[in-house]
Amino acid sequence: MDPPLKGMEPQVPVVTKKKRTRKTATAETMAASQREISVSEFFAKNRHLLGFDNTRKAMLTTVKEAVDNALDACEEGDILPSLKIQLLQLDETRFKIIVQDNGPGIVRRQIENIFGKLLYGSKFHRMKMSRGQQGIGISAAGMYGLMTTGKPVKIISKTGPRKPSHEVVLKIDTSKNRAEVVSDTEHPEDDSMFPDGHGTIVSIELEAKYQKGRQSVDEYLEQTAIANPHAEITYITPANETIVFPRAVTELPEEAKEIKPHPKGIELGTLIQMLERTESRQLGGFLQKDFCRIGQQKAKQLAEGAGMTARTWVKNVGHAEAERLFKSIQNTRITSPPTDCLVPIGSKALLAGLLKEVKAEFFAAATRPPSVYRGNPFQMEVAIAFGGELKGDESARIIRFANRVPLLYQQSACSSFKAVVETGWKNYSLAQPRGSLPVGPLVIMIHMASVWVPFTSESKEAIADYDEIRKEMRLALQECGRKLGTYLRRRHRMKKESERRSIFERYIGEIATACNAITGVDAAKLYAALQKQASKKTAEADQMLDDEGQVVDDGGRLAKDDDVIILENRQVGALEEADEDLFGGHALQRTRKKSTAKKNARRKSSPRKKTTTTKKKARR
Amino acid sequence: MAKKKKAATKKKTTPARKKRGAAVSKERDKATNRAIELLADSVARDGLKGREPSVDIPLRTVTNMKWNKRKRILEMGDSTQTRSLFNVGQAKKFMQTLLLAKGSRELIKAEKTLSLRGMYYMTLHTIEGTNEKTFNDQGESDTVLEDLEVSLGGLREELHVFAKKRGTMVGNITVEDNGDEIDCRRMGTGGYAIPSICEPSVIQFKKCDADFVLHVEKDTVWSRFNEDRFWETHNCILTEGSGQPPRGVRRLLHRLNKELGLPIYCLLDCDPWGHYIYSVIKQGSINLAFESQRMAIPDAKYIGIRAEDYERCNLSPDVRIALNERDITRAKQISEYPWFKDKRPWQKEIKRLLSNGFKMEVESLITKDISYVTETYVPDRLREKDFLD
Repeated sequence: MDPPLKGMEPQVPVVTKKKRTRKTATAETMAASQREISVSEFFAKNRHLLGFDNTRKAMLTTVKEAVDNALDACEEGDILPSLKIQLLQLDETRFKIIVQDNGPGIVRRQIENIFGKLLYGSKFHRMKMSRGQQGIGISAAGMYGLMTTGKPVKIISKTGPRKPSHEVVLKIDTSKNRAEVVSDTEHPEDDSMFPDGHGTIVSIELEAKYQKGRQSVDEYLEQTAIANPHAEITYITPANETIVFPRAVTELPEEAKEIKPHPKGIELGTLIQMLERTESRQLGGFLQKDFCRIGQQKAKQLAEGAGMTARTWVKNVGHAEAERLFKSIQNTRITSPPTDCLVPIGSKALLAGLLKEVKAEFFAAATRPPSVYRGNPFQMEVAIAFGGELKGDESARIIRFANRVPLLYQQSACSSFKAVVETGWKNYSLAQPRGSLPVGPLVIMIHMASVWVPFTSESKEAIADYDEIRKEMRLALQECGRKLGTYLRRRHRMKKESERRSIFERYIGEIATACNAITGVDAAKLYAALQKQASKKTAEADQMLDDEGQVVDDGGRLAKDDDVIILENRQVGALEEADEDLFGGHALQRTRKKSTAKKNARRKSSPRKKTTTTKKKARR
Repeated sequence: MAKKKKAATKKKTTPARKKRGAAVSKERDKATNRAIELLADSVARDGLKGREPSVDIPLRTVTNMKWNKRKRILEMGDSTQTRSLFNVGQAKKFMQTLLLAKGSRELIKAEKTLSLRGMYYMTLHTIEGTNEKTFNDQGESDTVLEDLEVSLGGLREELHVFAKKRGTMVGNITVEDNGDEIDCRRMGTGGYAIPSICEPSVIQFKKCDADFVLHVEKDTVWSRFNEDRFWETHNCILTEGSGQPPRGVRRLLHRLNKELGLPIYCLLDCDPWGHYIYSVIKQGSINLAFESQRMAIPDAKYIGIRAEDYERCNLSPDVRIALNERDITRAKQISEYPWFKDKRPWQKEIKRLLSNGFKMEVESLITKDISYVTETYVPDRLREKDFLD
């Protein structure tokens, strides 16, 4: 007999006379314990999937869901949003979050559904750009509150100036995925609570933790204010401080159009489902009505490609036919989906938002033309802020948005992070360690607008890494980077130029005096003559060529660029240091006199202030 | 100077007395003055005419140095560097050059001399309207002054500037220094401090009985020789240059050699730096190649210490100092110098130094006996005429 293998004990058969206690389950007994799991129950157990992993994140997620809903509601109701967020600390770990909006309000009968049912909402089935997507958020927050504190959710809503407001207290029945109304009060004509005559107040009590800094409610609201310059946000912190993020633009973003799915963006299963649900009776009609970008011709072509005709009855399309149709779709060229469904923030508003919240000196924005991934149209926007009061010795800060919603967690898993890393910032005069973010006083803002943002998880923290998306991000980043590079080079050159000039000018006086002492030449005359030469010498150097071989006039192309804002009065000392690092520290003397002719601040495309520029060279 | 003035006045008037207070003759002052005026004039004229003012300065680098095989000295080549005002890197130096020119003109006018440091202070001020000073440190002013010397074709003393004095002398000689007679046989333990300007207008040789000059590297060794009254027993002059000898010491040695015909023997450390000191005394330095004519002593001889001495004198291993990376590079550089290149004894010496892998100081001979160097080592070498040339 072979020796037993190492680590394996020889099997000694144990003979037990004990009776087996285990019962054999039969199909019948098993069936008794098999039952449906409600969505609510599932998420109650897996709350991390929705962003309620810990108390700190729970706080943020709750605020986020409430704010997202409020903004969506206001925009759909064509109302300039004014939000008020209040965090009340009741106990060490217990908070009450109250979010009020001036949106159109919610009709009484829908309140239970919206706040008490998971996966209920207007946004899931349509192809329209909006903040919320699934209809999980706010009800999940309410559910979390109920689970951790036992306290129900309170909603007060008013739909119009002459209508009563309803105060509803809701509990979610997790097993039935349904709301239970605890109390329902009607306040007639109560306008004191809603100055605009309409709006909604949600208050949720929950176990949470408040912390400042990164990934905090404060940061979230600050970034929300950047991406939503049309909103006015009032924030009352647990310490009872009031922070107001003012409104920077008074125009609402254009309303996003709803589109039908693009044939290239669906999967076979979805296609079969759509075939089952369609109201059209013939294949041609189905294709034309239920999809975008398909006309009569295309429908015919697709049907024929699958061995059918446009007249084929939909009910006759079985599984095999559907599969052929799916293949036919993949093999046919179809126009990209319409892009008017996308509402980018727009360079102007992006800059306005950044300008108001970030104390930098240089701002640039780029909006890419719309593009498509998996049949879903999307559009990338990037804005950067550089210098000013930003810290120069740290990695750049990336702030990410998807449909105007800030993404705070899982930065490194996000496609945008990868796009920033793979962009060569060294070309734009910034330091960038291998395989990491650029280093410098830089804030990079990336916004993805899409009818369907591909998140890596339900808690909506990171954008999935589709090649098409990353490419668009990179192109937008490069566009901004080039502007920054041009600006930095110009600033560096101007600094060097004025330094050069000031060096000459500094010594000219000494030379004139010395020559006067030796030969008796007229010092003032010699000084003037040398001064003239110095100006001429440095003026020649002013006309250096920029990176694209064009003669740089004093403002450069940047001055004419609508997507760039330069605030030269924000150039501060900290910045110059960073600058020297960037350019290898060959700045000459640090004793340069402050340029007397201070370059006037150039503010362009700023919605609040428009100043024209008077250009002057730094001259003594 | 002021102290000695009293003592000198007691003595009878000598012809040298009328030169008191002026190291340079009036004629040469005039020439220097003219050169300075020409320099400033060309700058002013260029400036007024809208041309870029510039000064041509002969290069003081290895590349612009020529080995004159016939004269056996280093000479400066013809390459010059143009220093112009409208060049960011040169603007400040340009200004400094003019400032120093102005400074020396004032000194010439006032018939006074200043030390390098004094000159630095004289021209030091804050540039109007800035908080920048005309010079950051004395080093800056010293180099620019050397530039000015070469570009004016004048010497430092002609600009009425002198260096801090360094170096000592004792021995069988009497000199007259600015009218004061100095008997170098009666200098006690301290010796006669060699002035930084040793031009004939300042120092004249009077009575000299010495047969040769022994130049040692540093003060410590010199003290040993002086205490043992070596100059008396061997009838010589004993000098010391505190490492790399300054211009004054070199000029004095040159004059002792040329005017009195005394052979010069050098006792230096056995390391590349000692070798270079010898090279500077003998051939002239790269930096001051324009003065080699007045400084270099092609006939100077090298007594030691030599690489072979470790075994020859049976020295203790403790005296060995390992050669470092820099020493090795420097030794190789020195062996490539044209004036060492075709001298086989020198090639052998440097080779030996490198193969030994260590250097030795003159003081290492003290391990044999306190007075070994004065009583045995040097006398033996002198008797055997065992020198490196």
